[in-house]
Amino acid sequence: MSVSWQTLADALSLGGIYALMAVGIGLVFGVLRLVNFAYGQLIMAGAYAIAYASVWGWPSWAGILLCFAVVLALTTLLDRVVFRPLRTHSPAVMLVATFAVAFLLQSIAVLAFGQLGTIASSMGSLNQPWDIGGVAIRKIAVVSIVVAAVCLALLQLLLTRTSVGLHMRAASMDFRTARLLGVRANRVIGGAVLISGLLAAVSAVMLTARNPQVTPIFALDDTIVVLAGVVLGGLTRPIPATLGGFTIGFASGILGGALPTNQSQYLPTFLFAAVILVLLVRPNGLFVRGGSAERL
Amino acid sequence: MRKLYELAAPVGLVLATALLGLAVSSALQTYFLDTLVKVAIVVALYVFIGNSGVLSFGHISFVALGVWTAGVLTVPEGQKNAIMPGLAHALLHTNVGNVPSLLLAALAGLVVAFIVGLPLMRLSGLAAGIATFGVLEIVNNVLRYYDKIGPGLNAFSSVPATTGIWQAAVGALICVVIAFAYQRSRFGRQLRATREDPAAASAAGISIYRQRLLAFAVSGALAGLAGGLYVHMLPIEIDSLYLDLTFLTLAMLVVGGSGSLLGAVVGALAIGGLDSFLSAAENGVDLFGWHLNLPTGTAVLAVGALMALILIVRPSGLTGGREFSLAWLRR
Repeated sequence: MSVSWQTLADALSLGGIYALMAVGIGLVFGVLRLVNFAYGQLIMAGAYAIAYASVWGWPSWAGILLCFAVVLALTTLLDRVVFRPLRTHSPAVMLVATFAVAFLLQSIAVLAFGQLGTIASSMGSLNQPWDIGGVAIRKIAVVSIVVAAVCLALLQLLLTRTSVGLHMRAASMDFRTARLLGVRANRVIGGAVLISGLLAAVSAVMLTARNPQVTPIFALDDTIVVLAGVVLGGLTRPIPATLGGFTIGFASGILGGALPTNQSQYLPTFLFAAVILVLLVRPNGLFVRGGSAERL
Repeated sequence: MRKLYELAAPVGLVLATALLGLAVSSALQTYFLDTLVKVAIVVALYVFIGNSGVLSFGHISFVALGVWTAGVLTVPEGQKNAIMPGLAHALLHTNVGNVPSLLLAALAGLVVAFIVGLPLMRLSGLAAGIATFGVLEIVNNVLRYYDKIGPGLNAFSSVPATTGIWQAAVGALICVVIAFAYQRSRFGRQLRATREDPAAASAAGISIYRQRLLAFAVSGALAGLAGGLYVHMLPIEIDSLYLDLTFLTLAMLVVGGSGSLLGAVVGALAIGGLDSFLSAAENGVDLFGWHLNLPTGTAVLAVGALMALILIVRPSGLTGGREFSLAWLRR
């Protein structure tokens, strides 16, 4: 079992992207107690925006702008139409509602864009290798590690240094008490949903660059793995959730590179067996100290 | 057995569906068969999720195991080599009849659910959800690629198509009756107590772990049985027993109202019926003199939109999570 530099860089970058997705899911869970299963479909919509922009011959920056616009519009729409009316209901109902939304968005994509998918060729140049100290590393690996690090640092600043961030952290600790102390529910939830949408758009750009073939099930598998990672790390706090996302992305990158080719199809088995084992030992999350588990 | 009329409502609905299925043409009958099997799956889900209040995403893997067990044991011996070229020797020469294959499918679901439940039922909340999801991933992954035990990515073709309307209806009714008997037994009541208030229930001496494990095993058996019925209905691929079916059946349960057996049956019939009708309409259907011909893909779209809508308007489900009551008639 040998791990090449390319595998390591890929694993790090996958970990970085999954960490971003994990924060996106974790932030919304923090304020709404809502597991947003439709997160992957938001990313899918963004990826289609990039793909179609490239088909129309737009420059790549315009494609990325379109991606942000589409994802943010869709996120806001979801918040208004689905999350808000269901805010007071049980987590199970909200989770199944996001299933329905995911199902819906996916079938819209199948109807509108077809099963086969579209190629986002404008991101192709990011897949060329860079020569770093004699080792060839795909550009996108480096770019996504840097972008993820910058985003996470900005988010950490936002959460710890601004009043919105403080309100958000307070709300995810205990929403009712936070409201009693003057935290505005709509503002905090709106903020969390907005940030989660921004992170979805960033993830969409990164994932499209990694895999330019955009299909209706784009990012679906990634979302499932990230959800497992978020729960693994500890859903209620942003930092454990991020670490969980990073860990599972890194682990799946390393496993994918290290498994012999005739066994690589069993990657999900190994990954989820590990997830189950960790959950049995640390049901509250790998990176959370003490506290009680969320009931569903 | 007081309140037996609570059982009468779901049983009556299943029977009515079966009778309706007998009346229509054989092309439309497929939809009724499919819906009846879905009823069996959703009732299996209900036994665990409805009574315990814990979400499980793993039950479709027990359905898949039922499909696999009944399928691999009933493909005619002469055709096993053609469909499953990598099949292990022991499975190549083992064949059973229709009813034994269904019983073995239920047994497979029971045994695997019990073994999986032994560690997993210690978890609750989201950890339980993700862990059961892991079970789904693993079972799907292994059945899909390990071709020594089954057809892998190919469909289970040549399985005798014995699931007609009666077999499907009897199968669904068996699931309904077992679910009803379970929920009225002391075990079912204890589990429902843990759902309402875990702390009070354990203070009253109920072992949450044991009651959940029992319900998980029972619902695993019913899911396995449903899988057996499924594979005897049409050539099925292991890959179709994965995310889509998991979401669809969970949504059926929640839309019907996850707190009651009636809710499980109503949800499965309502969404199954709507899905079937729209799918049929995609191929053109005559309705009260109107000719309806919908574009392909409308069915999935409409079902998804309707599921979301029902959840927003009526989050406790169509039945509100209550069993049938005579008071409904007096209103």
